[in-house]
Amino acid sequence: MSFSVPANLEAEIDELITHYPVKRSASLMLLHALQEHFGHISPEATQWVAKKLGLQPINVHELVTFYPMFRQSAPGKHQIKVCRTLSCALGGSHKLHEHFCTKLGLDPHAHGLQTTKDGKFSVEFVECLAGCGMAPVMMCNEDFFEGVSEKKADEILGGCK
Amino acid sequence: MADATTTEVKPAPPAIEKIKVKVDGREVEVPKLTPDWQGKLAPTTMLQACDIAKKDVPHYCYHPKLPVAGNCRMCLVEFGTPALGPDRKPVMNPDGTPKIAKSPRPAIGCATPISPGMEIYTSTPGVKQMREGVLESLLINHPLDCPICDQAGECKLQEYSVDYGQSASRFVEAKVHKPKAVDLGPRIMLDAERCILCTRCIRFTKDVAGDDALGIVNRGSYNTIATFPGLPFDNNYTLNTVDICPVGALTSKDFRFQMRVWFLKETKSVCTSCATGCNVLISSREEKIYRYTPRDNDAVNGPWMCDAGRLNYKWIQREDRLKDVLVGQASSLPVSKSGQAGSLPHYKSSWTAALSEIAEKLKQAPAGSVAIVVSACQTNEELWLISKLKAKLGAISDSVERTGDADKLLVSADKNPNTNGARLTGICFSEMGINLPKIADGIASGKIKSLIVFGEDVTKHGISAELLGKLDTLIVSDILPNATTAAAHYVLPGCAHAEKRGSFTNTKGRVQKFMQAVQPPGDARAEWDFLHDLVYNVTGKNGFLTIEGLFNEMAKDVPAFNGLTWASLSDTGVTVKI
Repeated sequence: MSFSVPANLEAEIDELITHYPVKRSASLMLLHALQEHFGHISPEATQWVAKKLGLQPINVHELVTFYPMFRQSAPGKHQIKVCRTLSCALGGSHKLHEHFCTKLGLDPHAHGLQTTKDGKFSVEFVECLAGCGMAPVMMCNEDFFEGVSEKKADEILGGCK
Repeated sequence: MADATTTEVKPAPPAIEKIKVKVDGREVEVPKLTPDWQGKLAPTTMLQACDIAKKDVPHYCYHPKLPVAGNCRMCLVEFGTPALGPDRKPVMNPDGTPKIAKSPRPAIGCATPISPGMEIYTSTPGVKQMREGVLESLLINHPLDCPICDQAGECKLQEYSVDYGQSASRFVEAKVHKPKAVDLGPRIMLDAERCILCTRCIRFTKDVAGDDALGIVNRGSYNTIATFPGLPFDNNYTLNTVDICPVGALTSKDFRFQMRVWFLKETKSVCTSCATGCNVLISSREEKIYRYTPRDNDAVNGPWMCDAGRLNYKWIQREDRLKDVLVGQASSLPVSKSGQAGSLPHYKSSWTAALSEIAEKLKQAPAGSVAIVVSACQTNEELWLISKLKAKLGAISDSVERTGDADKLLVSADKNPNTNGARLTGICFSEMGINLPKIADGIASGKIKSLIVFGEDVTKHGISAELLGKLDTLIVSDILPNATTAAAHYVLPGCAHAEKRGSFTNTKGRVQKFMQAVQPPGDARAEWDFLHDLVYNVTGKNGFLTIEGLFNEMAKDVPAFNGLTWASLSDTGVTVKI
């Protein structure tokens, strides 16, 4: 599979690098930019970043494997992120997570990100989304939802086309 | 780095200020600055001070020739510094000694610089408890598979477990499982469960070998040493990571599961794969060589050696080694119809018979009718003995150049281990090999009737098998059979360096001796040993029957070696002017 970065993204990345005194410091920003564009960080993307910053691929691979926010394989079209930090945990986020999983045919006890077979949905727990007053909170792609009941959850799923 | 490990120790640098510290109550004077891993002066650390005071401080991640990482926490010690009053003057005890303000927290010895008057405590109950704690934590997920682990017997986890370990693990939870038998590269296998993540291998390959190939992937309990998927760990120095791995995580594919290390006999030797002459330990058992490992010598190789040199030992135990003294039919050389020139039917003889026959022939040879080609793989002593023959016979002589790729760290472009020895003993000129065409011409014109060859296949260096067929006498000593031994009238089986004692002069003029690790096969004899007999028979001059005496005699005779003795070479050699 050939990997190529569109010219406008590369220009954006070149500009990002100038923000830092040392090229290497831009590693995370580059990875974010690529993940935003491609949805995940493929080995080719890792190598591309390493080459761009004058690093060895292993230096970038260390970061990609360290941070759970970087995905090494493509997630589903709709990504459901349920908060599990204290307030939400007390407010029923585990039940909410379980609800999504049963609804989508996923294992509620599995660790980490799970994607449905059709590649349409991904479900995962995340840490605090900063909406503690209205627990449980969650995100569906870039949209934020507060006080999510099971009914509301179904509506959110229904709204995903 | 190349400079730090391969160059000579420079003449004494300006004196370094000494400061006094106390280690476990004993006062020691230590230099304020100590060379760091690159040889640059850096503040002396508590661990180095303890080393000077001969107090062992256990450690995993610290290595004197690597940057300090400070991640294993095993070298935690307690310490105190002289207390200062509000007037910034030292506070004194009633007995006049400075009052020591003990640090409330311990510090890692490897990364904490010393200061004047500092007191370091390495054997307090607190320090012992910390070591026990660190060790217990390192062992939490360790598989405890010592019975099948190659590192067993030279493992820091085992050693420190004896000192600080517990007889049983208190850990009742499930251990984290990590990848096992990971193929990191063509010569290295990783067991991630045994790894304690000291990062010695990462620092070595990045900062010393200059190949930033290793890293730690994943996080928390799943931390694992890895390469980038699909990029194998393959540079010419990878096996050094096996040496510096304090546990059994990195193992050599060549050595793993071959032999328990406690059965191995270690012999001090020198690598012969290039002119650098890295100091090595040959590990052998029952006359079989199992591995080479580098031996510390800051004037030559530091603690490292290259993979190519390290694995270049298997030829010594090849089945087709020359094991017998062979005499060829002296009648006309048959040239077989298939065009394979110069194969001579040989029959088995004895050293006494062959050497006296050779001596008779050489004695009768008119001056100028003998040529000598000696490999620069032979030892100083052997080259010198041959130079005595050369002088007596008025012979023309030379060696054969061997070149290859060099690198910035250790590998020399000169692949002969003793080029300088051959030059200093007068066997060849500074330009090696310029006499070879002359020898070939001499044989072709019939001027040269006898040729003595040591350790070279001259058919590959301009003296063809047809030319060898014209000789009246061809005397060849070698280790493995080749086209020249096939054409020889006398084949004298020699020894690999691991099978004899002797010395080499490396590319920088360091004269280094090596010891015998294993016995030679069959009738093979060390070249210096039978050369001594031959030189005596031809020149009538007696020499020494021991390598010590022989070396000392040579040192008196060869100007560059003047003043050296076998004993003065010690284990790490002496540099002479070349």
